Amino acid sequence: MRIFWTLLRRELAAFFLSVTGYIIIAAVTFLVGASFVMLIKNLGTDPISMPITEVFFNSFLFWIIVILVTPVITMRLFALEKASGTFETLMTTPVGDLEVVLAKYTAAMIFYLLMWLPALACLLIVGHFANEKNALDAGTLGGVYLGIFLSGGLFLSAGCFASSLTRSQVVAAVVSLAAGVVLLIVAFLAQVVPATDQWQEQIIPYFNLFKQMDDFTRGVVNTQTVVLYASLTLFFLFLTLRVVESRRWR
Amino acid sequence: MIEVANLTKRYAGRTAVADISFTVARGEIVGLLGANGAGKSTTMRVLAGFLPATSGTARVAGYDVFYASDEVRRRIGYMPENNPLYPEMRVREYLKFRARLKGLGWRHSRRRVDTVMEQCGLADVGRRVIGQLSKGYRQRVGLADALVHEPELLILDEPTIGLDPQQIRAVRQLIKSLAEKHTVLISTHILPEAEMTCNRMVIMLNGKILAADTPDNLQRLVAGNSQIIAEIAASAEELREQLVQLPQVAHLDISAVDGTFLRCALTPRDGVDLRPLVWLLARERGWLVRELTRSRHSLEDIYVQITRPNEEEEG
Repeated sequence: MRIFWTLLRRELAAFFLSVTGYIIIAAVTFLVGASFVMLIKNLGTDPISMPITEVFFNSFLFWIIVILVTPVITMRLFALEKASGTFETLMTTPVGDLEVVLAKYTAAMIFYLLMWLPALACLLIVGHFANEKNALDAGTLGGVYLGIFLSGGLFLSAGCFASSLTRSQVVAAVVSLAAGVVLLIVAFLAQVVPATDQWQEQIIPYFNLFKQMDDFTRGVVNTQTVVLYASLTLFFLFLTLRVVESRRWR
Repeated sequence: MIEVANLTKRYAGRTAVADISFTVARGEIVGLLGANGAGKSTTMRVLAGFLPATSGTARVAGYDVFYASDEVRRRIGYMPENNPLYPEMRVREYLKFRARLKGLGWRHSRRRVDTVMEQCGLADVGRRVIGQLSKGYRQRVGLADALVHEPELLILDEPTIGLDPQQIRAVRQLIKSLAEKHTVLISTHILPEAEMTCNRMVIMLNGKILAADTPDNLQRLVAGNSQIIAEIAASAEELREQLVQLPQVAHLDISAVDGTFLRCALTPRDGVDLRPLVWLLARERGWLVRELTRSRHSLEDIYVQITRPNEEEEG
């Protein structure tokens, strides 16, 4: 456990000791800001019956952020260490493979959540000036952040896996970006193409990320979605662990 | 301390280490010697528990490097080739991080970091960012890292590569001073380095061990047909005439040096030491002798001779 904290601290520090970390935060803050301006515009013209969070987060900007930013966060994790050789110094100390994977993933996750803090500030500003008590309640806010947490967690674990496969950061980023784009296209198709068969009706909702996020932004927590995201995340982390272990039996 | 038995490591389609066996006793400094690609780094990686062996066993301090990897990793300080470090960290911060990873407690790691920084001459650069340090300092950071948890065995892969002569000296001195407390396995392809630092050398070629012995014994191994150089003041005809008569001389070469002295290079037959014979002859004939030496084989000759035995015999 002590080793886990040591590793986590160093991984987190690595985000903030590099320019990349600040560029990511700046880019996300910019996109969130743009989203915020759009929200204000919408609110300024017509009264809206939807929760603010739904307007704010169910825009394409949210997905752009998740799709573009998660590969940049995760590409470094294993690929850079493998390329620079520090993976060798790391793995020849008495650390466990699981500790390494978890520390790296947790650091990415913490960074990802910190990155979303400006969005929270934006929401609170709107909530404060909305003159409407239930414009922003704790439940919807919690739902939104759970959605951000779960969807980000999934994409980050996939990125983690991609990074563990290669020693090139570029390859790691491209692979996880491609995976994200494919997933998003499937989600988009699931959204626009109506189901014709019964089996389609059963399967398609699982891929409909937009619908799932929409639920979260309205404060609806669907257990099915939570389990789906969590299990996929664990699955990718398990694969990452196997890749890290694989140097022992290759 | 190290017991390697029939170790083989194959990468896809290539055998890096082929069935090698050697042992290293506690307190020894052993040099792994060989050209690039001879299998030194692979052997070290297996010993450090980073790569598994294809077959055969390797034990460190009695623990198998594969099955008791944790125990082994706790006992070794490993510095890989090219000494990879985190460039964005500060020296002290990095060493502290490494000490903690290796299981040292908070207070203990602090004390050890102070000690190794003193030992490796890093006391002045503790706050500097590693990426901005000179190569010599970075190498010392790598060494300090290998030492920080007081390992029983140090495995150093080319620790002096890319350093200037002054720094090489400092690092060598450091390694020698470590020998009192630690067992050291060091790889190099620079021969004088091994000659100066190691008690014993293991010479590798194409994944096999060609010879393993002390530098002196290796000398002896090939010293048999070493040449005698004699500088004698006499006429060339007389010298040739007299020296060729000696039955022990296989080959004679006479060249002029300066003044009246001539330089004779004599190759002996069957490894006989020709020096007393030449001396007797010189006394008998009343020659003036200025120099009489047996050319000591440098490690380089030994190495070349051992790694290319066939060519040497034919040539």
